[in-house]
Amino acid sequence: MSLNAILAQTMLGLSTGVFYAMLSLGLAIIFGLLNVINFAHGALYMLGAFVALIGYSYLGPWLGFDDYHMGFWTALIVAPLVVGIFGMLIERFLLRRLYAFDHIYGLLLTFGIALILQGILSNYFNISGTAYPAQPDVLSGIVNLGFMYFPKYRLFAIVFSIVVCFATWFVIERTTLGSVLRAGVENPKLVEAFGINVPRMVTLTFGFGVALAALAGVLAAPIYSVSPLMGADLIITVFAVVVIGGMGSILGAIVTGLGLGLVQGLTQALYPPAANTVIFFIMVVVLLIRPAGLFGKEV
Amino acid sequence: MNGVFWVLLLGFGLAAPYLVYPVFAMKLLCFALFACAFNLLLGYTGLLSFGHAAFFGGAAYITGHVIKVMQLDPLIGILAGTLFAMVLGAIFGALAIRRQGIYFAMITLALAQIIFFLALKLPFTGGENGLQGIPRGHMLGLIDLNDPLAIYYVVFAIFMIGFLIIYRTIHSPFGQILTAIRENEPRARSLGYNVERFKLIAFIISATLAGTAGATKAIIFQFASLTDVHWQMSGEVVLMTLLGGMGTLFGPVAGAGVVITMQDELASFGSWVQVAIGAIFVVCVLIFRRGFVGELARLLKAKST
Repeated sequence: MSLNAILAQTMLGLSTGVFYAMLSLGLAIIFGLLNVINFAHGALYMLGAFVALIGYSYLGPWLGFDDYHMGFWTALIVAPLVVGIFGMLIERFLLRRLYAFDHIYGLLLTFGIALILQGILSNYFNISGTAYPAQPDVLSGIVNLGFMYFPKYRLFAIVFSIVVCFATWFVIERTTLGSVLRAGVENPKLVEAFGINVPRMVTLTFGFGVALAALAGVLAAPIYSVSPLMGADLIITVFAVVVIGGMGSILGAIVTGLGLGLVQGLTQALYPPAANTVIFFIMVVVLLIRPAGLFGKEV
Repeated sequence: MNGVFWVLLLGFGLAAPYLVYPVFAMKLLCFALFACAFNLLLGYTGLLSFGHAAFFGGAAYITGHVIKVMQLDPLIGILAGTLFAMVLGAIFGALAIRRQGIYFAMITLALAQIIFFLALKLPFTGGENGLQGIPRGHMLGLIDLNDPLAIYYVVFAIFMIGFLIIYRTIHSPFGQILTAIRENEPRARSLGYNVERFKLIAFIISATLAGTAGATKAIIFQFASLTDVHWQMSGEVVLMTLLGGMGTLFGPVAGAGVVITMQDELASFGSWVQVAIGAIFVVCVLIFRRGFVGELARLLKAKST
């Protein structure tokens, strides 16, 4: 296999990896704060893509403006906002009631929410998927990377996601806001004594984690077709990514997500039948060697 | 109160094929066994597995293959499926019990996804179409399973055997230790129990009986499909257990009854069934954590004291 072909697969792997990274980053933020594995994360990613699709194709006619189409750039802002607010409502009115009980209940509640969202959208949209027609003109076409011709849009998605991921990392690990956040997880009582409204902070952060999922959904819409089940199987792969990375660190989520996307891309080139399962096999190996995950703290 | 339930269970079980459509009654028994097996793990050991579809569906495929392609006796098919689930359970269990709580759930889920992909890709499983047209045949060469009554009572017998195994497991010193682990794992450990080994054994028993349920399903419906190994099946069995009451002997039976009946009655509403199931999940988790049987037991207890 030539170097060029390997580089090409690396790029393709990276364009899957950024979605893993964004989703596992959102999961890590939510887990770190609430100790909840958000099973609805995949469904909220799907919802992000649907907000973009609905905004483009259906919103105008519904409101009586037949020629209105919400563009991609608008969707990139609107979808995370809408879904983020939806997430905050979930946290405020449902999840909050369960913190006193076993963490398993949080997982089960979000599982139920995922089923509801998937079910509702399956009733109105085609399960096999609808194309999202609003890829912006600036990003159409291909670009010559020297070793391959790569779709401009995918390159944009890679760069954009990596910037978002590392910006998030920077805010949480390197700013005052981030240290307040981390302190709130360590010792809520103490942080509250400083006059910070911890429950509201939790709600906002949950909203942010969910908004990341929705953002990934909008980014995915022009590449993959938009379908009610698009998050359902992806989320389980992301869970495996999380197990491999270990839930300990924000950086771990980003690095493992990108890395496993690459591994998957290369497997696709070398031995295609294993491409869908390679992450799960890596998970088994990691569990045998390091049960806490690559970046996790041993308990 | 348990006595009443036993009488109801046996009475209804024996009379069922005369009261309802036999295939429906068999489906119910099969999922009830699945839920009871699952409950041994969640309700009595405190381990939430989100990958039980792998045992249920995996066994269904193996049983189907043994009967259809190898043309062996249905009983051998069921035993082969059960054995497969047992081995798979040992492997999954050994890997998953290294982590606890929600991690445990995620690991079982991810492992089960490997089985799902295998079921999709391996040559003998029929891919998207699944394994169809599994013959029911004659059990031990004697019992004609094509006769609705005969197969019903075979399924009922299998259910009762599985149910009694679970009953005996729970009401044994072994079961007491499992409950102790659920209630306070560090204390159980400090009492000198090898907690990992007990969890593993519980996992294997649960996986094995889930496999028996799946094997039985393959014979009843004469097919094994991707639905059986999909993670949504793992979710359904959690719901049955939660709805009926986890940690109660009869809860999962009642829960399976409600969910199966609902799916049957609401089948014409398409994806709204999924919405309804999701909504029940949410309601259960928020305000109804004990489930039917759990709440009932609490009410009866409150009245008697």
